[in-house]
Amino acid sequence: MPAVQETVDQVRRIDVDQYKYGFETTISSEKAPKGLSEDTVRFISAKKDEPAWMLEWRLDAYRRWLTMREPQWARVKYGPIDYQDAYYYSAPTNFKAPKSLDDIDPEILKTYEKLGIPLREREALLGIVREPVEGEEGEAPRNRVAVDAVFDSVSVATTFKEELKRAGVIFMPISEALREHPELVRKYLGTVVPVSDNFFATLNAAVFSDGSFVYVPPGVRCPMELSTYFRINEKNTGQFERTLIIADKGAYVSYLEGCTAPTRDENQLHAAVVELIALDDAEIKYSTIQNWYPGDANGKGGVYNFVTKRGDCRGANSKISWTQLETGSAITWKYPSCILRGDGSRGEFYSIAISNGHQQVDSGTKMLHLGKNTTSRIISKGIAAGHSQNTYRGLVSSHRKAKGARNFTNCDSLLIGNKCGAHTVPYIEAKNSSTVFEHEATTSKISEDMLFYCRQRGLTAEEATALVVNGFVKDVLQQLPMEFAVEAQKLISVSLEGSVG
Amino acid sequence: MAELTLMKNAAEQQLAAEWTAAKAKLPGAAPLRAAAFETFAKAGLPHRRVEEWKYTDLRALMREAKPLAVRPDAAAFATLGETDAGLGDLDARRIVIADGYLAPGWTDLNESDPGITIVELMAWLGEADLFRLNSIPDAARKDIAVSLNTAFMTGGVVIHVRKDACIERPIHLAHVFSGKTAAAIYPRSIVIVEPGARLMLIESHEGPDGIDYQANTALQIFAGDGAHVDHVKVTREGDTALHISSLMADVGAHARFNTFGYTTGGGVVRNQLFLRFGGEGTVANIRGATLLKGRQHADTTLVVDHAAAGCQSREVFKSVLDDESRGIFQGKIVVRPGAQKTDAKMASHALMLSDEAEADNKPELEIFADDVQCGHGATAGDLDEDLLFYLRARGIPSAEAEALLIQAFVGEAIEGVEHAGLREALIEAVQAWLKARG
Repeated sequence: MPAVQETVDQVRRIDVDQYKYGFETTISSEKAPKGLSEDTVRFISAKKDEPAWMLEWRLDAYRRWLTMREPQWARVKYGPIDYQDAYYYSAPTNFKAPKSLDDIDPEILKTYEKLGIPLREREALLGIVREPVEGEEGEAPRNRVAVDAVFDSVSVATTFKEELKRAGVIFMPISEALREHPELVRKYLGTVVPVSDNFFATLNAAVFSDGSFVYVPPGVRCPMELSTYFRINEKNTGQFERTLIIADKGAYVSYLEGCTAPTRDENQLHAAVVELIALDDAEIKYSTIQNWYPGDANGKGGVYNFVTKRGDCRGANSKISWTQLETGSAITWKYPSCILRGDGSRGEFYSIAISNGHQQVDSGTKMLHLGKNTTSRIISKGIAAGHSQNTYRGLVSSHRKAKGARNFTNCDSLLIGNKCGAHTVPYIEAKNSSTVFEHEATTSKISEDMLFYCRQRGLTAEEATALVVNGFVKDVLQQLPMEFAVEAQKLISVSLEGSVG
Repeated sequence: MAELTLMKNAAEQQLAAEWTAAKAKLPGAAPLRAAAFETFAKAGLPHRRVEEWKYTDLRALMREAKPLAVRPDAAAFATLGETDAGLGDLDARRIVIADGYLAPGWTDLNESDPGITIVELMAWLGEADLFRLNSIPDAARKDIAVSLNTAFMTGGVVIHVRKDACIERPIHLAHVFSGKTAAAIYPRSIVIVEPGARLMLIESHEGPDGIDYQANTALQIFAGDGAHVDHVKVTREGDTALHISSLMADVGAHARFNTFGYTTGGGVVRNQLFLRFGGEGTVANIRGATLLKGRQHADTTLVVDHAAAGCQSREVFKSVLDDESRGIFQGKIVVRPGAQKTDAKMASHALMLSDEAEADNKPELEIFADDVQCGHGATAGDLDEDLLFYLRARGIPSAEAEALLIQAFVGEAIEGVEHAGLREALIEAVQAWLKARG
């Protein structure tokens, strides 16, 4: 399609500045000495006031990490990472566990305001009862979301703690959970993603600083959406958070994470680990809106997002559902997986991965069918534009004893422009005859007819593209919690700006 | 951190010893052979950490390397008899390659046909330069099995079809293992089909049960612009044999290229296909049917490289897995930058008849052009209970009903064979396999 003038203008305008979360907040912070050593690990552990077993756990991970090598199999290219040239711990100074939002550095609050995070729950934190807003139900506003906000290495605020406590739900930074509920953390930490699972997970185990911990007791349906916002602020800082969510028998929880980072020339490393555990009849819904800084128009800077996410359907008839919208990061390397261990358990993976500019995405999922009559469903939509490379990589396997395992996979890719690449690498391994696996994948471009139809009706090329793409990803968007679906939709049009022509 | 040092296993050491002993005696192409062996020596045998060989770990499956087969003597050649690869009374021009050497007594070189010349590989090598031999796709050049074949190849034929010639009678390249003790054979053949010409080529591989011989064969096909090539490969090696074959095809513009692989024999079979479409408007059908039982292991690995715009390819692979067998399909469709209007569809289906069977599927898409239609589908499962019930309700005994359904399942891939006689013979082969299953 020949580039029309308006497209050229549009591209020029949004070229570099389209990442609207690229601001930096100036607050003084305390950092661990640069570089990685046993001392760094000890420093972090001491800062967090951790029990001795935790320090041992970390040191063990660090020693194993020294013997490991970075994985090379993904279809991503990047220069060598100097693990000694980064800070592994950064905390806003004078940081004490906040009693109320007043204790929090106003600069940080401003940051979250800019991000549009629903921190109006700060009032709730302060014990102010809000007047019911018009159109909202007075007693229990439906769109309440409890937020845990993580700034660099430290969780700065967790809202709605009291109300959650009444329901019996534990939702707190993992560093706090280590002090208050060590028995729970110790019982489950590292049981889904073992310490030496992979290079980045091991690194995370050694130096993770904070993250969220959720425990939903038996039979409890968590009364609100739980959410964590991650923000890398400091220069040269890696962010390593660890999230652990446990849904006990018959419990239900929906959890959402969002991520942003300032615009920087150098690459920042983000290596998180997320572990989900669903016991009998429990259900966990985990949604991600990942919008780390993707780098500038020439592919300079951006976050390396090397994440290990895994859910364990440990109990019978449990369910874990992953929904992700990936629009940010220079490089994404993540495969949220489900281990379907319990009989009759269910795994789901809904993903939209959008890459533009020089982004590289290598993402997908693993569905490991171990129990009887387990089912899984994978819907993946990849959209590649600009000079980006977008790969779906997934594994579906059934164990000998996984009678009646069932999987349906659909991964579609859309290419916009002729300098990008879209790839599909599924592994389908069936080890018993009662398994039924189906897999289908397509790759195509946006139909000229559809674009023409929209443009005839007065939409610009970009608007038309966004409309078609939104239709393309609708299956997945529908899986996002209401509160975030709208935001996600906007994010898609922002990510694709400048990709037409 | 230091590179992993590869411990050489017994098979690798034996191959190195074979090479040292044989390299001076192997006929022709010395520099190519040396370079290819070097590729092997650096990498060793492929193992499960080598992505392309993930499911067929040669280091584990090939514990030892057998000694290089010697040229059969006249007496051995005389015992070959009529090898028909179970294809019945198919009317074809037969070329027999025994233990990696052309068997002149059983070969119909028929020099009266002006459209085609058939020359022994090493005789041809002597006069021609090596560029054809060395003209292989990148993916194949890195491959260790292809490198080993290049290093050790002992013989085969070069078939040359002249421009616009239509060869009506199929050519049957019959590979046989005739030895009494286990040995390694390395046949290599080259087929050059000039622009506008038409050829039907049948390639068969067979050998006795109970001898764990090793066959590593390679076939290069060059199809010119507008050529029409049909290729059928029948693999019925002995039940303990190791069979690795590599088909490398370079297809020109507006050509038609069809290939079908039928595999029932061999303890471990690896069929590699490296296809490259270098010109616009080519239409290709790539199909395969694999029927396995016992502890057989068969792997089909396919790379379809759409290097030019406007080509269409269809891939259909079916495998039927009984007992403790393992069927593997790895198919990769590559669409190069600029190969717009590519239309590629790949399907692989595995039918599992036993709980101990295993089906591994890896259909890949690698796409660098935006205006394309590409897709793949993969399924694994057992026979549909409803269909079985339907047939049984109509009085068909369950074994027969199963056989009918299996035949229909495989039939979809066999239907693509254009030669009616051959299609019939293949269907009969499937029926025989089903009958033996009981």
